[in-house]
Amino acid sequence: MNKWFKSGTPWIWLNAGAVATSLVMVFGLILMIAVNGLSFFWPSSVAQFEYQTAQQSEPTQVMGEFQRSETMTAQAMRDAGFDVPEGQEIVVRHLVKRGNRDLDSRDFRWYLDDFMGEREMPRDAVVLERLQWGNFYGFVREFRVDGEAVATGNEARVRFEAVIPETRGLVRQIERIERVDIGAINFQIEQIRIALRGIERATELSIEERAEREAELQAERAELEEQYAELENERNELRRELRRYAILMETADGAESVIALADVVNAWWPNDMSIPQKLGHYVHTFWEFMTGYPREANTEGGILPAIFGTVLMVLIMSIVVTPFGVLAAIYLREYAKQGPLVRIIRISVNNLAGVPSIVFGVFGLGFFVYLVGGNIDQMFFRDALPSPTFGSPAIVWASLTLALLTLPVVIVSTEEGLTRIGASIRHGSLALGATKAETLWRLIVPLSAPAMMTGLILAVARAAGEVAPLMLVGVVKLAPSLPVDGNFPYLHLDRAFMHLGFHIYDVGFQSPNVEAGRPLVYATALILVMLIIVLNLTAISIRNYLREKYRADSD
Amino acid sequence: MSDTQTHAVNVAQNNQAPRGLNLDREDICLTAEGLKLFYGEDQALKGIDIRIPKNRITAFIGPSGCGKSTFLRCFNRMNDLIDSVRIEGTIRLDGADINDKSVDVPELRRRVGMVFQKPNPFPKSIYENVAYGLRLQGVKNRRKLDEVVEKSLKRAALWDEVKDRLHENAFGLSGGQQQRLVIARAIAIDPEVLLLDEPCSALDPLATLKIEELMIELKKDYTLVIVTHNMQQAARVSDYTAFMYMGELIEYADTDTLFTSPAKKQTEDYITGRFG
Repeated sequence: MNKWFKSGTPWIWLNAGAVATSLVMVFGLILMIAVNGLSFFWPSSVAQFEYQTAQQSEPTQVMGEFQRSETMTAQAMRDAGFDVPEGQEIVVRHLVKRGNRDLDSRDFRWYLDDFMGEREMPRDAVVLERLQWGNFYGFVREFRVDGEAVATGNEARVRFEAVIPETRGLVRQIERIERVDIGAINFQIEQIRIALRGIERATELSIEERAEREAELQAERAELEEQYAELENERNELRRELRRYAILMETADGAESVIALADVVNAWWPNDMSIPQKLGHYVHTFWEFMTGYPREANTEGGILPAIFGTVLMVLIMSIVVTPFGVLAAIYLREYAKQGPLVRIIRISVNNLAGVPSIVFGVFGLGFFVYLVGGNIDQMFFRDALPSPTFGSPAIVWASLTLALLTLPVVIVSTEEGLTRIGASIRHGSLALGATKAETLWRLIVPLSAPAMMTGLILAVARAAGEVAPLMLVGVVKLAPSLPVDGNFPYLHLDRAFMHLGFHIYDVGFQSPNVEAGRPLVYATALILVMLIIVLNLTAISIRNYLREKYRADSD
Repeated sequence: MSDTQTHAVNVAQNNQAPRGLNLDREDICLTAEGLKLFYGEDQALKGIDIRIPKNRITAFIGPSGCGKSTFLRCFNRMNDLIDSVRIEGTIRLDGADINDKSVDVPELRRRVGMVFQKPNPFPKSIYENVAYGLRLQGVKNRRKLDEVVEKSLKRAALWDEVKDRLHENAFGLSGGQQQRLVIARAIAIDPEVLLLDEPCSALDPLATLKIEELMIELKKDYTLVIVTHNMQQAARVSDYTAFMYMGELIEYADTDTLFTSPAKKQTEDYITGRFG
């Protein structure tokens, strides 16, 4: 035994064990998120069963998707008020997603296994994904055009299925008109409104000049309003077209409901789908999730604005933090006289990395948003006041706050990179008649580029996952428009934005419907992790390329 | 000390030194007069006078720590990089004081090239290593660069070995090749003087031989000053040899004289291996 200890083997085991544990934890985490997040998009079967508790005289028909099951002690269930038969020790209960929130507000419900009848999988059971009220589970009974039933039974299903692409196309057209065209006009009208207010204030202009300009702007506005009315007409036309179609649905317990096709996002018959069809559906819903806009207090729809906001914020942050960090590090390492002052600065920079991120958020709000943003508004956007332009939380302030937060990481790694380049290479350059600046910019900085990239990688990883400070300086639950669009100047740094991390928090904790939000939390978390991995892999491959290019034996 | 100084002054000023040193027929390239160098409080060079002839190889020999490398670095002012260094006395390159305030140090270093003890190629391609000095001077013309790179590598006797891999990283070369690359890099900007600080101490005998042949080749165009630990090397390649000890120039003579009949006891002890 003693010999075994002396041989060093226990050390190897200990170290390998630590690595193994870390790997298990990391892969376990990713696996857990992936399984929970990805299963959400699979069209699981819809089961129908009879349910009758002891208190109920009549059985009820229930239809929905089985979410998960739990085994409870019978006593606990009795205490909770369920009538569990005497002598039974344990009870199994199932959570069923019943949908139909417009008919019965409890769209997720627990059912005790003991009271459930035979489970059936009706082939004609349909799942409707709707714009409002969540999913609908039931059967298609009638297909209606202009309020008239034109098909019933199986034919209704066929007609309904056939018309979905058309109605989806109409919905998309309407959305495009509203979001893009009308959005652009609104943007221009708002610009004109601000310009008009500016004219009122422009005392240096004569009254005639003012009147002239005002008239010009008014004319422009009138023209825009005309366009607006036209677009609105077009939209209403499309809406009328869309409203012609409806279906009569019957739920499992016999209730009937008329659903306009304008509300139906997607429909599928999960019990009647082959595996390839299900796969197709899976890819489709996943794609919709990645590219769609959120609906229903973020518990439905997609996360495109959040993905977009996260990536854009990280990019702006990288563009800001890299030059600042690199220049600061070069000064500290190459130019500053090494002494107590520089040491204190270095310690302070390192400590900055340990400040809780929410503190940076508070600073960002006070300094960037109110002070800098407020002054920018005073100087350049007076006409829009009192509504703030840059003086409110915005993507630029969030990026700057995160740049400040990640600055120490970039400085420290760059400094390390600069230190690693030995005196012999520097002397070699100086001996060839290079000045210090030439040596720095032609040799030292390119050579330490991999180290700078390492700093940037760490900064990106930290920034993409940071949520707390963002809530103060720019992230919102629901952003009306993306920070990039077709209106000049195309990149709107003054807009608030959505962020995947905050989206997770919002859906998971702020949502009125916990069960509906749960899979979205996992799916969004998965996307966030993937996004960070992609950003990091990109940065790492750039770094490896640079390393290969400037291979040195000091590396 | 005063004795040595007197001697050195004699060597420098009095060309009728009894044996060895006759610089009458030489053009003088570099001179040092009363050169003293201090590292803070410590004096590393204690008043050196020397005249180094043009297009010759002058070797500095002496035991470790005698100040020969420090002295060598005075000629291209590399000692400026050390904060605590203070220099007294004058060094002239073609008659002009190089420590004068008006001297542009990078320009001086372009005229006085240097090769270090350990090969220090830049982590770039072979081509870019040689072209570095020219690029510093703003040469962008591709043809001109190609031409100079080829010429320099040929003069450094490296062209045949690397002509097929000019754009590969210089760290792929062997130690001897790297040192020749560094020499090519130094001569690419056409300096007047080439300082070599123990250029062969990190190399094997074969590579050393090549560098030595190269130095003899190069003295046609350049003035070479070499610091070496290796007395055989000094005897083989140099025309003049200076023996330094404890920051003083003990003896300076033409190489044959210094090695066959040294004037000083210390020199004799050193070259016969009795100390150092």
